[in-house]
Amino acid sequence: MSGLVGAPVDRVDGRLKVTGAAKYSAEIALPGLVYGVMVLSTTASGTSQVDADAARRAPGVIAVMTPQNAPRVDSGGNGAGDRTLMVLQDEVVRYDRQPVAVVVADTFERATDAAAMVRVRYAAAPAVTRFDAAAEYKPASGGRDVDKHKGDAAAALAQAAVKVDGTYIVPVEHHNPMEPHATVAQWDGDQLTVYESTQGVINARRTLAQTFGIPTASVRVVSKFIGGGFGGKGSVWPHAVLAAMAAKLVNRPVKIVLSRPQMFGSVGFRPQTVQRVALGAGSDGRLSAIIHETSAQTSVFDEFMAGTGAISAVLYGTPNLTITHRLRRLNTSTPTFMRAPGEACGSFALESAMDELAYATGIDPVELRLRNDTQVDADGKPFSSRALREALRQGAERFGWSRRDPRPRSMRDGRLLVGMGVAAASYPTHRSAASALVRVNADGTALVQSSGVDIGTGAYTVFTQIAAEQLGLPVEQVRIELGDSAFPAAPNAGGSQLTASAGSAIKLAALDARAKLLALARGDASALIGGAAAIAALMRTGGVETIEGRSDAKPGDDAQKYAMHSFGAQFAEVRVDPDLGTVRVVRFVNAFGAGRILNEKTARSQYIGGAVWGIGMALLEHTRYDERSGRIMTANLAEYLVPVNADVPAIEPIIIPEDDPHVNEIGVKGIGEIGIVGAAAAIANAVYHATGKRVRDLPITPEKLLA
Amino acid sequence: MDVGKVTRRRFLVRAALPTIAAGVGIGSPRLCALAQAAASVSVLPASGPGPMPVTLNVNGRAHELRIEPRVTLLDALRERLALTGTKKGCDQGTCGACTVLVDGRRVNACLTLAVMVQRKAITTIEGLADGDQLHPMQAAFLAHDGFQCGYCTPGQILSAVALLAEKRATDEASVREWMSGNICRCGAYPNIVAAVRSVAGQPS
Ligand code: FES
Ligand code: FES
Repeated sequence: MSGLVGAPVDRVDGRLKVTGAAKYSAEIALPGLVYGVMVLSTTASGTSQVDADAARRAPGVIAVMTPQNAPRVDSGGNGAGDRTLMVLQDEVVRYDRQPVAVVVADTFERATDAAAMVRVRYAAAPAVTRFDAAAEYKPASGGRDVDKHKGDAAAALAQAAVKVDGTYIVPVEHHNPMEPHATVAQWDGDQLTVYESTQGVINARRTLAQTFGIPTASVRVVSKFIGGGFGGKGSVWPHAVLAAMAAKLVNRPVKIVLSRPQMFGSVGFRPQTVQRVALGAGSDGRLSAIIHETSAQTSVFDEFMAGTGAISAVLYGTPNLTITHRLRRLNTSTPTFMRAPGEACGSFALESAMDELAYATGIDPVELRLRNDTQVDADGKPFSSRALREALRQGAERFGWSRRDPRPRSMRDGRLLVGMGVAAASYPTHRSAASALVRVNADGTALVQSSGVDIGTGAYTVFTQIAAEQLGLPVEQVRIELGDSAFPAAPNAGGSQLTASAGSAIKLAALDARAKLLALARGDASALIGGAAAIAALMRTGGVETIEGRSDAKPGDDAQKYAMHSFGAQFAEVRVDPDLGTVRVVRFVNAFGAGRILNEKTARSQYIGGAVWGIGMALLEHTRYDERSGRIMTANLAEYLVPVNADVPAIEPIIIPEDDPHVNEIGVKGIGEIGIVGAAAAIANAVYHATGKRVRDLPITPEKLLA
Repeated sequence: MDVGKVTRRRFLVRAALPTIAAGVGIGSPRLCALAQAAASVSVLPASGPGPMPVTLNVNGRAHELRIEPRVTLLDALRERLALTGTKKGCDQGTCGACTVLVDGRRVNACLTLAVMVQRKAITTIEGLADGDQLHPMQAAFLAHDGFQCGYCTPGQILSAVALLAEKRATDEASVREWMSGNICRCGAYPNIVAAVRSVAGQPS
C-alpha cells in the first residue's frame, strides 16, 4: 500500500472529536469522585497562615488540605521545576497564585464556595518583582550547552563596514491551551492512577513516583486526549501532586481542574527575554560578526532556561560569533517550555536585526539571507539537509515578494499603510529512545500501542499510517492506542520529537511483525497482499492467534556527524491604520523543509497553527504584572489576548519536499514548533516596512506605533 | 449554613465570590449573568440555596436533576449528565468552548444557570449527529481539518450551526467575524472558516 504515508487522510480520532465523544482528563468519571479546588496565594512573597475553620464547616466539604495536614512529599532532585512540586510542605509563599490550600467537597460548586471561605493571612517578605531590579547571573546548568564563542565577535563588530545593534524584548506569555490543566487521581492501596492532561505520561509517571516515594511501577498515568499543551503540559505541576495528595487524605478519587485565572499560576509560562543582537557585515551584506546576548527570568527557587540564542549558530554563517545566556531570579512561578522555547524569542531578535541590516546595507531582505546561507553550523558540522534557500525562494514566489517596494511607508491601500516582511526559521530535530508494540490479530487487523500523547498534532493518525503502510493494511484496519504509561515508552510530545521518536519505533515494530508474518508465509511476500483478509488467512493456515512486533528505537550516531534542523521562511503582509496604529495581518505565506511529511493535511494544520501563534506573539500576547506587588493583572482571556478568528487571515503553508536519510528511520524532522519561529519577526518587519517604525519590544500595540 | 437566613443579596455575593477571589473584578460577565439569573428567578418562588428539582431537556430527552440553583448549565451537563462533549475553557464567558444551542440560539453554557433554561430545548454536540450520520458541519470540520486538539471543536461546531441559521455567514469576512466568540488556541481558524463556508455553499 505505497503512498499511504504522506496522504492527507482525515484524522482517525476526528470523529470522536467532532461528536464530543473524545474524553479529556477532567471528563473521566470514577465512582465516589470528589472535587478539589485550590486556594492560591494573593502575594508574591511571604509566609501564609491559613484559617480554614469556616470552610471546613461549609456544606459538602470533606477536607481542607493545608501545610498542617498535607501528606509529605519530596520531589527530590534539582531539575527545572522540581521545587515547584513541594506544595503545602511549608508556609513559604514564593510567587503569586501559589497553592496554599485545597478544599475537597462533594460537588464543584460547594468546593468552589468553600475555597472562597478560606482566610489566608500573609506575613509579607521582600519580593523581586521587576526584571530590571533582579541581579543577573550565569546559570550553572544548561547555559554551557548553548553559549558559543567563535573567533572574536566584538573585534569584528568594531571593524565591520556596516553594523546594527539593538535590544529586543519578548514579554512573559502564557500558553493558555483551551483545555485547562486537569487531574483525576485515585489510590488503590499503594497504587496511584492519574488521569492527567499531560504531554508525556512516562515523564509524569516518573515525576509522580519520585515525588510520592513509590516505585515507578506503582504509578499509572493516562492522557488519551489533551486540549492543547504547547509545552505548558510538558511537566508535572502542583495541581497534579495536590490531587494525588488529596485523594490520599480523603481516601477517594479527587479531581482538580484549574480555572482560567489559575492557569496563570503554577503551570509555567514563557519567561521574559531581553536580547541584544549585534550584527557586523561587509557592504556586500556578508556577516562578519553575530553577537547574541540573552537575559531571561527564572523563579527564585527553580532554574529554567531556554536556548534563546541557539538559532544564531544555525541560520547563517559567520566567522565570529558570541552567544551568551544569563538569568535573573524573580518572585514568579517557574517558567517553562512554550512553543519553540528559545527559537521563538531568539528568532524575533535575530530576524528583526537581519531586517535592520538589510536596510543598513540596502540589500533586499530575502537576498541578504540567501547571501549568508551556510552549509555548516557554527561548530563546522554539515547539515543533514537544509531547505532554507528553497523555502525563501518558493515562499517569495508564492507571496509575490517582487511586488514589494522596499522603501518604508511607500505602499498604500487607500488610507492604510501596506507592509511586507520576511524572516527565516529553523528548529532542531530532536529524538529520544522509544518503544512500540504492533500486534496483528487473528482477523488480520492490527493494534498499535505507544505511550506517546497526541496533543492535537495528529499523532494518532500518522502513527496509524506508519503501521498500516508497513503491514499493507488500509488505515481502517489498524487500531491505535496512545497516552497510557502502561503502553511501551515514548518521550514527551514536546520539542517536536514525538513523531521522530515513537514514529520510528512504530515503524520498526511493524517491520518486526511483518517479518514474523513473512516467516509464517515462508518468505512469500505475495501472501501478505490483500489486507486483513489475506493476513487472517495466513495466520489461520499457520495456526497462530496473534503476532507481536516490538521495537526499541534509539537515536543513531548520525547526530554526532550532522547538524539536524528543519528550516523555513515566513512572509507576512500587514495593513496599518496610520491614525489608530492598529495592525492587521492580511496574508501569510510560510514555507518549510522538515523532512518527510507523513500527512499533508495535519502537517499544514501545524504550520497554520504556528503562524497564528506568531500573530499572537507579534501583536497581542503579554502577561502584565503589577510591579509593586508581583501580582498578575491579566489572568483571563479578556485581558490576556490570544488571536481570534477575525485576527487570522488566509495562511498558505508550502511544504518543501525533503528526503533526509540521517535524521531517523522515518525521515521526519518535526513540525510542531518551527511554524512560530520567525513568524513574529516577519510581522514586525512588515510593520516597519509599512510605518518606518521599528518596534523591538513585543507585542506591537497601537500606542507603540503612535508614540 | 442556615437556609432561612440567606437573603438573595447574600446568595449573590457568596455565589460570585470565587470569581472575584480568582482575579476577575466586579462587573465580570459571570457576575452579570448571576445578577440576571437572580433577577429572573426573583419572579419565581424563592429557591435554593439547597438542591432543588430541575428538569433539563437536552437533545430531545428530559433529564430530572436535583441541583443547587447556582449550578451552571455547563456544569449540569458535564458533571451531572455525563454530557462532556460541551467543554469548559474559561467558565467566564470569554472563550466559547461551552457553546450550546438553547431553543436554537447559541449561548455560553458557563454563563447560563441550569434553572434558567428549564422548558427550553438544549442541543449539545452529542445531539447533532443523526445516529451514525454526522451533521454536515461535523463532517465539514473533519474533512477540512478544522481542529487539532479538538477541545474548542464542539463549541465551534455549534456556533457555526447557529451562524448559518442566523444568515450572517455571507462571505469569508463575516464568517471570521461571527465565529470570533470561539477561541481556538491551536489556531485552526482558516480551516474552520473553510468548513463553515463549505456547508454554507460558498466557494473558498
Ligand atoms: S467556558 Fe464558557 S465561554 Fe469559556
Ligand atoms: S482545536 Fe485545539 S483549541 Fe481549537
